[in-house]
Amino acid sequence: MLDRVPAADMPANDEAPRRVRFRGAGFVPASSRFGGWIALALVIAIWQAAGSAGFVNQLFLPSPSAIVRAIYELAVSGALWQHVSASLLRIGVGWLLGTAAGVAVGFAIGLSRLARSVGITFISALFPIPKIALLPLLILWLGIGEEPKIATIALGVFFSTAISVYSGVDAVPRNLIRMAQSFNVPFATIVRKVIWPGALPAILAGFRITASVALLLVVSAEMIGAQYGIGAFVLQAGNLMQTDQLLAGVVILSVFGLVVGKVIGWLETRLLHWR
Amino acid sequence: MDLIASHISHRFGDLAVLDDVSFTLSAGEVVAIVGPSGCGKSTLLSILGGLLQPTSGAAELRGAPPADSLNPLTFVFQDFALLPWATVEENVEFPLLHTQLSAAQRRALVDDALQRTGLTDFRKAYPKQLSGGMRQRVGISRALAVKPAILLMDEPLSALDSQTRELLMEDFVRLLADGGMGAVYVTHNLEEAARLADRIVVLSRRPGRIREVVTVPITRASRGETAAREKLLALQNQIWSLIRNEAIDAEREVQHA
Repeated sequence: MLDRVPAADMPANDEAPRRVRFRGAGFVPASSRFGGWIALALVIAIWQAAGSAGFVNQLFLPSPSAIVRAIYELAVSGALWQHVSASLLRIGVGWLLGTAAGVAVGFAIGLSRLARSVGITFISALFPIPKIALLPLLILWLGIGEEPKIATIALGVFFSTAISVYSGVDAVPRNLIRMAQSFNVPFATIVRKVIWPGALPAILAGFRITASVALLLVVSAEMIGAQYGIGAFVLQAGNLMQTDQLLAGVVILSVFGLVVGKVIGWLETRLLHWR
Repeated sequence: MDLIASHISHRFGDLAVLDDVSFTLSAGEVVAIVGPSGCGKSTLLSILGGLLQPTSGAAELRGAPPADSLNPLTFVFQDFALLPWATVEENVEFPLLHTQLSAAQRRALVDDALQRTGLTDFRKAYPKQLSGGMRQRVGISRALAVKPAILLMDEPLSALDSQTRELLMEDFVRLLADGGMGAVYVTHNLEEAARLADRIVVLSRRPGRIREVVTVPITRASRGETAAREKLLALQNQIWSLIRNEAIDAEREVQHA
């Protein structure tokens, strides 16, 4: 039986009780809802104010309004679209080619012992090469058109994708595969229904990395040799000391990165809602 | 259909895990395998179910499985092994997808299996939305859907809290009551073994050898009665005295490892 002591029966003691001090505050990884936006707005406002007041030389750091004006003029003149479309085409084609090959090779490595031993050797050897260093060679092989730029991007995307895909395949819980085998589920169905969805989180996380790799490489390649493209535009603007134009290009790159990040985030919530 | 463990021995590298284990599970019979931790109980079950090749000896089947059985030897896993991206009904349907059954036939099997485990209202839920007990019910439902002749249950309750365990134990007793399905039930819990099994195979410490095969002297149907409970408790104590010293040694060994 439990001892139940009514409050009135508590042992007599005249001392007043003290409340236990709360000591569990903080160390929670949470951010406030508008904090980031307010901070961003504040920095831009100070930047603008410093420019307008003449504290900052407009040649070295144009004010936000000047950058916005530059973007507007670029858009109106049609030059913006010309550069953006050239870059988008290179990124799009290069990223798709690299991703397709990377997913195929990554799955092969994840699923086959032979492909793993061969594939990992080559990937370990080639992955650390900064892919932009291969552009001159690719120009020799493929000519001076779009192909070497696209190939550079594809190569950069390929290695990261292959690595994230086979890591994702490796990370699929073995117990799920054993479960499928215990029901005589054939290999192809296991790949389709267990390994693919199990590796998808890692594959999508890899897309975030490869999207930024593609952006980095397209700008680098365009700076080395291109008439159009955001990279070429930024370099030209720098050579002509048109810093407002230069920063306009940088802002466009940043917006592009943000949009891609949002698209991948949307894909993740759509495809990985089960997590 | 009988399942026969025929002189099964197994080593992981230098480590001998099982040593010459033989027993026969007759059709409809429930055999529990108990023993100290690390004695190779789960390894033995994997070998019996064809998921692991023994170093020597073999798992064998005798007699034909029931004609409607889609997967005569079917596992129920300790960690449930549910596909987290699939709903309850998709998980239960998963082992049927590659069969020749039509969508309507699959649906009928899934409905029946869900109904037998009380999951009908949860068919659209995802595993992460369910409690541990409900997740294991999905695992059981998936096993029932393929109409097994023998369930291979690998500590199916040990990831669950004691109240949930009790509820699921009642489900197991009910599902196995009609003798249509046999089961090999691996557990470290002697009470589960005594409540569920016709016979209890007691394994020694690693390398696991059969120390004793204990026949539970009360029919499964009458184990709920008060008199029976005392007998079962005595049986548990008897088995515990068999393995207690080895369990102590096994525990020390694990702690030193």
